[in-house]
Amino acid sequence: MSTTSDLAVQVVEATPTQPWHKPRSEQRRDALVYLALAVVAYAIVMISGVAGPDGFALVFFVEVLLLTILRSRNIGKAKSTNAIVSTVIGAGAVVAFVPWMSIFVSLVTKGFHGLYVGYLFGDMRVTTPDDELNMGGVGHAIIGSMLMVLIATAITLPLGILSGVYLTEVRGRLTKVVRFVIQSMSGVPSIVAGLFIYTTVVTLTESFSGFAGALALSVLMLPTVARTSEEVLKLVPEDLRAASYALGARQWRSSLMVVLPTVRSGLTTAAILGVARVVGETAPLLLTALSNNAFKFNPFNGPIASMPMYVFGLLQIGTEYSIARAWSGSLVLMLIVLALFVAARRLGGKDKR
Amino acid sequence: MNIVNQVGTESKTSKENGIIMNEMSASGATAAVAERPLGLETRGLHAWFGSHHVLSDINLQFPERSVTGLIGPSGCGKSTYLRMLNRMHEFIPSAAMAGEVLMDGSDIYAPEVDAAAMRLKVGMVFQKPNPFPAMTIKENVLSGIKLANLEVPNHDEVVEKCLTRAGLWKEVKDRLNASGGSLSGGQQQRLCIARSLAVEPTILLMDEPCSALDPGSTLRIEETIHELAEKITVVIVTHNMQQASRVSDYCAFFLSDGGPGILVEADATRKMFTNPTDTRTADYVQGKFG
Repeated sequence: MSTTSDLAVQVVEATPTQPWHKPRSEQRRDALVYLALAVVAYAIVMISGVAGPDGFALVFFVEVLLLTILRSRNIGKAKSTNAIVSTVIGAGAVVAFVPWMSIFVSLVTKGFHGLYVGYLFGDMRVTTPDDELNMGGVGHAIIGSMLMVLIATAITLPLGILSGVYLTEVRGRLTKVVRFVIQSMSGVPSIVAGLFIYTTVVTLTESFSGFAGALALSVLMLPTVARTSEEVLKLVPEDLRAASYALGARQWRSSLMVVLPTVRSGLTTAAILGVARVVGETAPLLLTALSNNAFKFNPFNGPIASMPMYVFGLLQIGTEYSIARAWSGSLVLMLIVLALFVAARRLGGKDKR
Repeated sequence: MNIVNQVGTESKTSKENGIIMNEMSASGATAAVAERPLGLETRGLHAWFGSHHVLSDINLQFPERSVTGLIGPSGCGKSTYLRMLNRMHEFIPSAAMAGEVLMDGSDIYAPEVDAAAMRLKVGMVFQKPNPFPAMTIKENVLSGIKLANLEVPNHDEVVEKCLTRAGLWKEVKDRLNASGGSLSGGQQQRLCIARSLAVEPTILLMDEPCSALDPGSTLRIEETIHELAEKITVVIVTHNMQQASRVSDYCAFFLSDGGPGILVEADATRKMFTNPTDTRTADYVQGKFG
């Protein structure tokens, strides 16, 4: 310590800086420049033939691009190319973000009116679609969707992960066939999945049911889960397999105890993607689970409600209140999916790596 | 093909494990064998990857409870040879072999041999430390026991014993439930050694275990190897001549002149480094090539 303080006497007081970032003053100037560009773009939209928010975005983008090109005239070719490409890529990111924001905003603004405390817990057994928005609810559809997605996940997750294990760990003789079948399955239109279950399960049991709906969803979910699992399992370093074999492990124990736990978070992602793929599907449910206006907790007996069918049915009626209810239903569906994703990430995403 | 090492080629009978050394040791290149019984032996071992012949006619003997260093320039097949000693070779789809690997007198490649059960006896430590990332330090040590479904009365005892033997116990005893990945590279490699020891192998194969490590960790692992050799047979591949001379009792020099790798010479380490029979060995250990 004494040497340090001896040395420190001679050292000039230093302040930490980040010279690789733009200074504050320059940032403020840039903000003003962009504001000015926005005003100019607004003016152009007002007085010229270009109109609407799309026109404004286009004009603004062209202005920023021109500014970047002008500014980068004297800084050398490599730097100027970098600046221009950065601008274009930034614009691309914004463009990709717009549809997402647009969906989110319209869901919230239009679905907001229909929400009240009882909405999540009520059903449409006594309420008609045209009743005031403070009556009835979406609870029955939430329960129905949950039941069907739960059953579909219970069927698909083990099957999907096992196919992934077969393709990456076992690498048996049927690898190519399995991969081909999975790829073809991912191209099956959802209505065909519904039709398939309709002609088999529904006609056999002579009844629509939540279980039939879940089976139709499984057909759609399986390829997603299987392919994601395969991709994730491919990432496991060969080292780890070698290490477990060198410890005297048999292949299935190595897969079960070393390989699968290593990619737990990736397999969670596979499950999430699978659920996301099917939770909003309407077509297969139309032919298998149908819909229902009341709560039902038994998935094996008769038609059952679901979120997409709830929205679909209300939209078909087409009155002011029914459409408002449909928007609220969509908003709730999106929020539930969001909550599921966050929960799954929290539970399954903890890698010890 | 007739690279003859005259030293230590006398035929003899080992009473303790019943191996009868046959007269073939007089014809091929054969490791010098001390008075100790054999832990492992290869006879006329060849290896191929597809049509590429990578190892030719390796006759080598590993005395029990000794350290044998496999040395030689890159691409001479010594890692392939090491992997053939516990049948890790066969996981490469195009791999093929000929010859015998004898453990306790019987061929480990015989059709009736269960490879997984055999690997319990022949542990392996890899070049890159590879602890299981999804497991804690303690779980890593016990992983072999769980993977092979062995019955062990006291897990904690095994953990302490193996980590102590690998020279890691003092450093990790207060954080056994931390992730294996949280350790430094040298500690991870010692964890991998502890993991191999937990299933109580009689032979431990090490494939350049220190090549990714700092000098301090290397020293710790070399000490560990010395202590291990009191109880088990160690075979270690190394590129580092000093390391070979420090840790091994016997040395085997592999070489490839573009064709398949051959065993040039095998003898007691001291002799290999001071007075080798073959001039190529002398050139290599003195750093004239490789």
